[in-house]
Amino acid sequence: MPVKTKMKKEDKLGMEINYGRERSNTSGIKLKECYYPEDSNIDYDSKLGKPGEYPFTRGVYKDMYRGKLWTMRMFSGFGSPEDTNGRLKLLLSHGETGLSIAFDMPTLYGLDADSDRAHGEVGKCGVNVSSLKDMEIIFKGIPLDKVSTSMTINAPANILTAMYATVGEKAGVSKKQLAGTVQADILKEYIAQKEWLYPPEAHMRIIRDMMVYCTKNMPKWNYISISGYHIREAGASAAQELAFTLADGFEYVKLGISNGLEVDSFAPRLSFFFNSSINFFEEIAKFRAARRIWAREMKETFGAKNPRSMMLRFHTQTSGYTLTWQQPLNNIIRTTVEAMAAVMGGTQSLHTNSYDEAWALPSENAVEVALRTQQIIAYETGIPDVIDPLGGSYYLENLTDRMEEEAYKYFKTIDSMGGVVNAIKSGYLQREIAVTAYAHQRKVERGDIKIVGVNAFSKEKEEPINVLKIDLKAERVQRKRLEELKMKRDEKAVERSLEKLRQVYEGDENSMEAVIEAVKNYATLQEIADVGREVFGGWKEPTII
Amino acid sequence: MEGTNDYLKRRIRILVAKPALDGHDRGILVLAKAFRDAGMEVLYAGLLATPEQVAKIAVDEDVDVVALSLHNSAHLSAFPEVKKWLKKLGADDIQVVGGGIIPPADKKRLEKMGITGNFGPGTPLEEVISHVRKVAMKKWKMDQ
Repeated sequence: MPVKTKMKKEDKLGMEINYGRERSNTSGIKLKECYYPEDSNIDYDSKLGKPGEYPFTRGVYKDMYRGKLWTMRMFSGFGSPEDTNGRLKLLLSHGETGLSIAFDMPTLYGLDADSDRAHGEVGKCGVNVSSLKDMEIIFKGIPLDKVSTSMTINAPANILTAMYATVGEKAGVSKKQLAGTVQADILKEYIAQKEWLYPPEAHMRIIRDMMVYCTKNMPKWNYISISGYHIREAGASAAQELAFTLADGFEYVKLGISNGLEVDSFAPRLSFFFNSSINFFEEIAKFRAARRIWAREMKETFGAKNPRSMMLRFHTQTSGYTLTWQQPLNNIIRTTVEAMAAVMGGTQSLHTNSYDEAWALPSENAVEVALRTQQIIAYETGIPDVIDPLGGSYYLENLTDRMEEEAYKYFKTIDSMGGVVNAIKSGYLQREIAVTAYAHQRKVERGDIKIVGVNAFSKEKEEPINVLKIDLKAERVQRKRLEELKMKRDEKAVERSLEKLRQVYEGDENSMEAVIEAVKNYATLQEIADVGREVFGGWKEPTII
Repeated sequence: MEGTNDYLKRRIRILVAKPALDGHDRGILVLAKAFRDAGMEVLYAGLLATPEQVAKIAVDEDVDVVALSLHNSAHLSAFPEVKKWLKKLGADDIQVVGGGIIPPADKKRLEKMGITGNFGPGTPLEEVISHVRKVAMKKWKMDQ
């Protein structure tokens, strides 16, 4: 049956009026009608160079996708550890090449499944992990020496890293062999995602402990994934995402250097995580600008010598914000365009969102379409055949330069405030994002920005789609497991290791060994996190609005 | 105010809140600004307030409407919890409106429990604002 879409009179009128209006992108950069050679000031060797060579504008690897396609890394995890174990095994059997785990809100906030605050949230947005026991179940039968695991965990990342290392050890895989990433980017939590346990200084100290410990003991463990994704989702423009994310990155580099780490000993471990939104060329320019800025700053400001320290490698996720609940199938197209921008921008791995995510957590069918979208881009379109296919475009080179300029303006402002932590504590970064988000929404309301199915080409009635339903089973399972765990474990050992951690947190020595010890004794996630809460206290953000 | 229509000219006092473990505050911050621009007095409960805390602030601050937003699938437990606490505190007249990632089936259940709106992403601000005005009016009539 043909779909009847109504085109309101205002829609038509709006389009005609808009035809002659000034065009700009999300970063507020005014766009010319057409770009010419004089618009792109290309000093080829210093600004672009070959792929795999400084300043890496065109890509971090010499052969890019001809050598190896990007990793199709679909973020997943829900319900109980058993459910997630099943989903991970299924994805591995479908040819997925890397695991990525989402945790539920209680886990992200360092709370156990039996905490009052966890009620109704256990296993909802990801898998629940309340103790080592749960991690043992999640990874049961998965060869940890062969897969790489990305865990989207921030505030309690030190505890989850300790758990993963312990699961590996019990399965006979040494810390040296374990490959993977924890997000552990606390700065963007304060800026955008807002999931923290302690004040900024305390979290930075814990990140320092992880950096120093893993640099020495876990060579394949990437302990920070510096994330712009959430900054963008919270409302930032592409230029703000670029600027705030790289500024966070520089902050972690300074942290490592000021704690005695040689820059080249840890910088190759730092990776990035960006958003790919709907403004196609702006996104590609953002990715290219990010690589160039990072390479330059790592070399010139931080004195890196190893080219790997200068390479900005990144994971990309398509934008959740651009998905609409109206006419949800249209989201497949949005995700496709965003995924293409990520690939043309040279991403190392990619998560594509599912079309039903404005309605609920994704259903299995929708996740499959999202993965297929990547496979079609990879195998059918010819896009991966040529590296940086838009390089040299007058428009794109101009836009790449402009994104870079916008980022440096923000670096200057943040520096003048005394760095990112101060810019967070004063609420500056959060307010900048809120202002952009509101301005964007006003433009949508006025019809200056058109969203198909929302304020243009809308339908009278939306047909509901089938969505994933999650029950409270996970909560019951997890509570019961905790109860049993607490009866079986050696309480004295738990107390002893938590007391030891308290002493370590009160002082300044590296805390990783103490966390690992507590994890091994089956102290729960919250018991370990609570030690920090008692020593460091909590944090309340400054007024944003 | 008996016998007059003065209540129609009152400023709406609204508390915006995220009553669960959920840091996705883009929507609620945009709404807070929009409510303010629409002439309302806006209070923000901050992140991580419990349903009990949200209800207490609503009562202490004598608001007309509580606007709740969640993107973490906890709406079915957290929104009714706020409602329950309001009732416990004798403030059943305070109107509760919701929004976020809310599947259609849940929307119906929430409506039945007296939590209205339940707007999804992409809802025009005007639609949310006019709904808030409507329920505030309902409360004022109840209070008369």
